[in-house]
This record gives sequence, C-alpha cells and structure tokens, in this order.
Amino acid sequence: MNATLRRLSTVVMVMFLALMVSTTWIQFVSAGSLNENPRNVRGTYSALSRDRGPIVVKGGEAIATSVPVEDNYKYQRTYSDGDAGAAAVYAPLTGYYSVVGTISGMERYANSYLAGEDDSLWLDRLQNLITGEEAQGSSVELTIDPKVQKAAWDALGDYTGAAVAMDPKTGAILAMVSKPSYDPNPLASHDSEAARVAAEKVINDKPRVNSVGGEERFSPYGPTINRTINATFPPGSTFKLLTSAAAIEYDGKTPDTEIPAPNTYTLPGTSTDVANFGGIPCAASQQMTLLEALEISCNTAFLNLADEVGKDGMQRMFQDFGFTDSIEVPMTTSVGAYPGLIGGENDDDSDARIALSGIGQGSVRMTPLQVAMISAAIANDGDLMEPYLIQSVRDSDLELVSQTKPSRYKSPFSSSTADALTKMMEAVVSNGSGKGAQIPGVAVAGKTGTAQDEPRSPSLWFTSFAPADDPQVAVAVVLENEGQSTNETTGGALASPIAKQIMQAAISK
Amino acid sequence: MSILQPEEKAPARVAEAVLLLVALALGMGGMWMVGYSLEDGLPEGFWTYSIVLAALAFTMHIVLRLRAPYADQVILPAVVLLNSVSMAMILRQDLDGINGANASRHLMWTALGIVVAAVALFVIRDHRSLRRLTYTAMVVGIVLVVLPLIPGLGREINGARIWIYVGSFSLQPAEFAKIAFAVFFAGYLVANRDTLALAGKKFLGLQLPRLRDLGPILIVWAVSLAVLIGEKDLGTSLLFFGLFVGMLYLATDRVGWIVIGLAMFAGGAVVAWSIFSHVQLRVNIWLDALNPELMGGPSFQLVQGLFAMSYGGMFGAGWGGGYPEYVPFAFSDFIYAALGEELGLTGLLAILLVYLVIVQRGLRHAVGVRDGFGKLLAGGLAFVMALQLFVVVGGITRLIPLTGLTLPFMAQGGSSLLANWIVIALMLRISDAARRPSALPTRGALAEPVPAAVSNSGAIEVGGPGVGPVQAGTEAGAGRNTTPDDATQIVRGVDL
Repeated sequence: MNATLRRLSTVVMVMFLALMVSTTWIQFVSAGSLNENPRNVRGTYSALSRDRGPIVVKGGEAIATSVPVEDNYKYQRTYSDGDAGAAAVYAPLTGYYSVVGTISGMERYANSYLAGEDDSLWLDRLQNLITGEEAQGSSVELTIDPKVQKAAWDALGDYTGAAVAMDPKTGAILAMVSKPSYDPNPLASHDSEAARVAAEKVINDKPRVNSVGGEERFSPYGPTINRTINATFPPGSTFKLLTSAAAIEYDGKTPDTEIPAPNTYTLPGTSTDVANFGGIPCAASQQMTLLEALEISCNTAFLNLADEVGKDGMQRMFQDFGFTDSIEVPMTTSVGAYPGLIGGENDDDSDARIALSGIGQGSVRMTPLQVAMISAAIANDGDLMEPYLIQSVRDSDLELVSQTKPSRYKSPFSSSTADALTKMMEAVVSNGSGKGAQIPGVAVAGKTGTAQDEPRSPSLWFTSFAPADDPQVAVAVVLENEGQSTNETTGGALASPIAKQIMQAAISK
Repeated sequence: MSILQPEEKAPARVAEAVLLLVALALGMGGMWMVGYSLEDGLPEGFWTYSIVLAALAFTMHIVLRLRAPYADQVILPAVVLLNSVSMAMILRQDLDGINGANASRHLMWTALGIVVAAVALFVIRDHRSLRRLTYTAMVVGIVLVVLPLIPGLGREINGARIWIYVGSFSLQPAEFAKIAFAVFFAGYLVANRDTLALAGKKFLGLQLPRLRDLGPILIVWAVSLAVLIGEKDLGTSLLFFGLFVGMLYLATDRVGWIVIGLAMFAGGAVVAWSIFSHVQLRVNIWLDALNPELMGGPSFQLVQGLFAMSYGGMFGAGWGGGYPEYVPFAFSDFIYAALGEELGLTGLLAILLVYLVIVQRGLRHAVGVRDGFGKLLAGGLAFVMALQLFVVVGGITRLIPLTGLTLPFMAQGGSSLLANWIVIALMLRISDAARRPSALPTRGALAEPVPAAVSNSGAIEVGGPGVGPVQAGTEAGAGRNTTPDDATQIVRGVDL
C-alpha cells in the first residue's frame, strides 16, 4: 500500500499545483482584465475612495472638497459645502465627480493632481509608501476670482448664455459662467442609482430657446456643457474685429480709411442681397471710415471688407488666433469653425461665404472664450496669452508643486494694429452700439454682436476690455438665442450691460 | 497509568510549541491589523479571541504531550494557523457588519472543534479500535447523508439541500459523513482488498474486477448520485465518490478501479447534466462566468469572487482593505476569495502550502503506520481533505464547476470546523502510532517471522484494556501474508 500511497501523494501534489496555477491565473495573469471589467465596482472604489485634494478659487475659498464618510468610497465629494446655489455658480469649472463613472470639468482634467497621482508628486507618493499613509490629493488653486465670477453669474440672470473674463496680460481666466447651470452635488452621490438619475436629468435637460417663428426649440447644449469653451455660436458682429484686424494688418487699412458702405450688398457670385440691421442705410454717401463702420456695426461695409481681404487673409487671421486648435485650460476647449478651415456647411469656402464671414455669419462659429481672446489679443498689444485656469498646485502639506507661468499663445497682429483696433473699440462704447458698457471714469473698448442663428432667434454678444489704456480684464458675453430682432434686444442693449458689470467687478479690486 | 513507559522518554514537543506561537502570532497580527485598518484601534474582543485561541491551541498541545507524544508536530500548528487567520478574516467581516459573519460564533465552534478533537484523542487511544466500527460507520454515514432529505429536518439553502436544522443550530451532516465513510471504506477495504485486487479478468491491459465485487462500489455510487440528485450537491457527491475511488486504489493498486470509478462518475454527471437544469446552469456558469447575461444573476457570486481576487493581485489590499461585502458568503463558501483580496496571491499560495503540508504529512504517516487499516484511514482522510480543497478552491478559481463545499478550518460554519478537527484528531492519533519508536525494523525492511511478537502484546496498555489484543486478533484473522511488508507490520504494530 505504501507504493499507492506515494502515488496518491503525487496526485495530491498535482491537484495542489493545479489550484496554485488557477489562483495565479486569476490574481496575476488575468487580474488586469478582471480589474477593468465594467461590472467590477472595486476599480471604481479604489479610484474613487481617495482623499482628493480640494479645488479652491482665488482667496482660498474651496469650491470642491472631500468629506470623510462611512461607506465604501470613504470620502464624499462635496461642492461649495453642499450649497446648491453656490455650487451651480462654479459647476462649469469643477465639473462633477460621479461614482457611476462619469467625471467632468476640473475633476477630470486636473484629476492627476486632485487624486495625488501626478508624476510631479512622486516624492509624496514615495513618502506615503514608506510611512504607510494613505495618499492624499493635492489642492488645485484656480485663477477664478470669486468676486468677478459672482458678478458675472448675477449679471447673466436668467438668460441662457455664458460669460468669460480673463486677464489679457496673463491669460488667467477670472470668471467662467455658463447658464443654465446645475448643482453637481447630487451627481456625486454615492447612491449610484440616485447619481445616475441626477446626471441623466441635467444632461438631458436642454434649455428651451427662442426661435424666429415662435415654435418650440431647444438648445443643443445641456446644463452640464460648459458653454464658455464647449459650445460654439455664430459670433456675429464681434467677428468684425477679426475682419478689421485682417484689413489693417494685411491690407494697410487704418481706422480712418474710407471704405464702401452700400445700402445693400450682393454676395459675390450670387444674387443674394444683404442689408444692414433693420434695413437702415449706414451712410448717405455709402462711404464711411473703418472706425465709423465698426462703431455702428455696419454690415455691408464689413461684407465688402472681408471680400476685399479675401479668403487667404481671413483664414490666415482666424488661424493666427489659434481658433482652429483646441486649448487645454486644462479642460479641452472646442475649436471654432470658419469656411474652408474646420467644419462649416459642407466646408463651403466660396467668396460669398468669405464675405458673409466678415460679419461673423455664414458658417463661422466660435466659443465665447475665443471671442474673449480677440479682445484679449487687442488689449495686450497683439500678444495673445494662453488662457489658463490653474494658478497653482499644492500638495497635502501645502507645499507648492507647480505654478502656471503665463505664456504667449499667439501673436495674430502687430501692436500698431492692436492700437488701431483699441481706438475703434473705444469709439464703439463711447459713441456707437456698445454704450451700455460705459463705466464712469474708465475707458472701455468693446464690440457688440447680434448673430442670426435661424431658425433660432439671434444670439447676442458683447466682447470688451477695460481700462482701454491699461487693460486688466477682457470679457465675452453671449446670450444664446435671446434676441428678438428688435433694437431693444441686440447685443448692445442686453449683453453690454452684463459685460460692464463683469468688468467693473474685475477692475474694482 | 505508570505503564506508559515510552512516554517517559517521549519528546517534549518543543517544535510544536514554537510553531504554535508563530501560528497564533500570525492570527493575532491579522486581527490587530484588521482593527487598525477598520477602527483605528484594537478590534473589540481582540484579547478574548487571542487568549481563547491560544488557550485552546496549548490545551491541544498538552493533550498531545500526554496522549500522543509521538504525534506529528507540524499538523497542529498548521491547522491553528489556518483557523486563527480565518478568525481574523471573519472578525474583519463581522466588524464591517457583513450579514452572517459572526466572529464569536466562529470562535465558539473552533473551541468546540478543538475540545472534541482533544476528547477524541483521549477516547480513541488506538486508531485500530475504530475498525470494529466498520459497518456501524457505514450505517452512520448513510444515515447522515440521507438526513437532509427528510422533510422537516432538512432544508434547501441556495439550491442545495445539504443542511439539517436542530433547534436554532444548522448542521451539514455530509461533513461528518465523510469521516464515517473513511472509517467504513478503510475497514471494508482492508478486509476485502485481496479479492478486489486479484480476482477478475484482464481487459485491454486493465485488471477488471469481478462483477460480484462491484457491489460496494455500486452502493457508494448510488449514494453519491442520491446526493447529487436529491440534495443537488455536486461537491459532496464528488467528495464521497472520489474518497471511495481513491481508497479503493490505495487498497488494491488497480488502476482499473479508478477508470471504472471515473467512468461511472462521469456517466452519472453527464446524465444529471442532461436531465437537470440546475446542473446545466452550474456548467454554464463555470464555462461562461463573465457573460454579462449571467453576471447579473447566476454567476454573480463566482464573478464577484474573481473580482475580489484580481483586486488583491500579487500582494493583496491588506487586512481590511478589500470589499468582502460584495462577495456573497465571503465568510464561508467564498472565504478563499476574501482572503485572496486582502492577502493577495502571496497569501493564498502560503495558505495552499499550509494545506499541502497537512495533507502530505497525513499521507506520510499513512506510509509510516504499520497496520493496513491505519494506512487506509490516514490515506483516506488526507486525501479527502485534499479533495475537498480541490473542489472548493477549484470551484472558486473556475477549475471545475462551483459547488457548495467549505474550506476546511477557514470557512465559518460549525459542521465543517467540528468535522475537520475530528479528522485532525484522527490524523494525529495515527501519526503517533506511525512515529512511535519500535524495537523492530520498520518499513522497507524485510520481514522475518517474529513469533514472539504477539505474545508481547500484553505490554500495550496504551490502547486500553482489551482493545489492543482484540485488534491484534482481527488483524491476524484477516490472515494476509501476500505482501510481507504490510502483513508483518500489522502484527508488529501491536508490538511496541
């Protein structure tokens, strides 16, 4: 029997070996794919159950914090201490940190810092490994100035739209408001079903917008879309700044150059006539200076001017602003559309389309941040600074990990062109369509826009910077389809007062 | 009892005591880390659990010194290690409020198991006395297997009818039945092994048994199938049948039996698979566990176990770092997955090695012990433990279809703990007999007739009055001299 016992012992060995192999197979060989299985909640837990660093705004106020709780996730991500109203103000910035898998905004794009995983934090991680302490995320300080943010939020009121303010000298974004907004707190609920329901609700809750015919229309953008960087609109007359810049920079025009301003303009190669706003002639002589044309936002003058500059010049200026590229602020911004560049209707770059683009119509589309960047470039002598949101990153011991150094993004035109454009924009605010943005004692430079977006109602724009002689803030405001094609509902009437309040808040610090 | 001469010079079992300290330290360390991971302090009841476990382990140690001084010194620490590590895991789940995990109950059953094992060592002074109980054991085994099928007594839980309820206590009689069957098979086979081994024709190089000798294996096969069909418990069925086939092979050295046994089991399993939807489902879960359609329901537990283990990876999430609440029955049937999550592959391989040590020591003592009954019993008990481990761990790691067996000494559950501690008591008892110094040459040495041997048998008072001689008589009655090795050892076994 001893022989069989020994053979049985070999069989037992083989059985154990099989168990060791199968255990190794699960825990080592296929562990990666099992961990990534979408049904495996553990990966989510281990990733989500971290003491994430806070997101703070200028002055130290935390708009997102991790609060210890007694559940699997260990920490509940909380926005503005759970205050729904305050959280909505900052929602486009913070985004939300959902346990059902969706992460957006700063939570997503600054995740490596917030979760304490960034390569720059290797020393902290090494320390944690040795001391056995749980990894703590770093705090991310934003460039957002709560005072400016609040002013922009309040000024936008109940409009559907967006407002963005930046420091033209650095590119630091001071305010970023998108309306309608949402409260990210319910989306971060640890009750995955509740979080899912809350997310679905705000994602699908597309706001109703006005339409020309009065029929029911909805914005393509829900509350969770950051309209300042991820929504594009026809820029309308604010684009005349870019047309002017091209004309001055490439064609040697000056603010005083007389340009044709016909009563109607026939788009080249077509029989389509375009008139001015309200059908009113720009000038009896059908001639006016470039400055006057911008001041009253004469459409026919800029249609003609764009045609004169031509496709190559207009496209070059659009590209020189970097509008065909995405920026990481760190959130990824949407790119703009221009005929023959990106997008556009069938990417039609006929002369008619180029002419139409001169007044920001046709297939031109831009984000509010891009419109603000036009003002910022003009304000900063033709040097467009790269927009950014993260001021600094500090580790859990409050030691500085990184700090953003302002950098030049593009130089679309010379400083003399910038000076000329500043002069023209000042005239817009002091005498022209942008009077609503006047601030007593401060020289404001701005440009209105009332962009047709048929069949929707026009979107109203205002972009500006102030003070004109020493710019501290550049702004863009858009009111999505809030126009009614009347003089009372133009960019100048509705959007410029909003921009004014934002600029005031920024200057008066 | 001053006649117990060998024990005066008996080993002091220092190695065992030292190893016990190591085993207890590992368990206590686990509980300590659990506490600091979950509650930032020593877990509630830490000292109670630690002291009770230590007291029990050293009681057993002292009992062994008194009653089985030559017994294996590694088996007890190995078992205590497994038991106290499982204590930490169940305490960890208890602290987490996982429904069903109950550390104090686990401790209670552990205590009961160790006490019963100690008593068994006291009462059973010679394992050969069990041979008298051969047919009693058969009846007991069959009764135990049938118990859960009795209406009112048995209860179906999670699709398997393997439980009986007595008052508020639930028992899994199959756990005890495996001991009874091991005793029965050992007794039956030691008496009939020659007939089973030598009679019959050769066919295709295999020595086939005679038809009339097939009786017992048919009975066991029927019992296994009854378990499989009536109680829907593939694991227990596999366990019994595997035990019998393994012991049959041990006794007869005939591969033919294994082939026949495996064929019969496979046949039965295929028939069951084609008839019963629950068996089909088990197989589908096994083959296609990660199918999203199955993951939500039928294969949920298995897949959660896989997720737990993969999350543990090489080194584990650490004590208290896993999510056992997502694995149904992480404290009993799936404790292997819970351990894998927190202790990692390293921990599980260590645990498997500890089991391997126990099983291989058991088999080693089967080789060492001199009587055929002891060899078969020790070999059978060691093999049944290996088999149980294979069925449990193999099921969790998708080597074979998942069945509802428990991990010996680790899973929370009274029957399993109690039964396996009895197995350990028997193993220790046989190891004592195997390692007890003998004046005569032992295995491997050619036997010479030792007529004086039997006359010396009066000296063995160890087995208690009467037991030794009676056993000697029966062994002699079996009268087999075919293999000098075994036969003479049986006689010598009496002679101390």
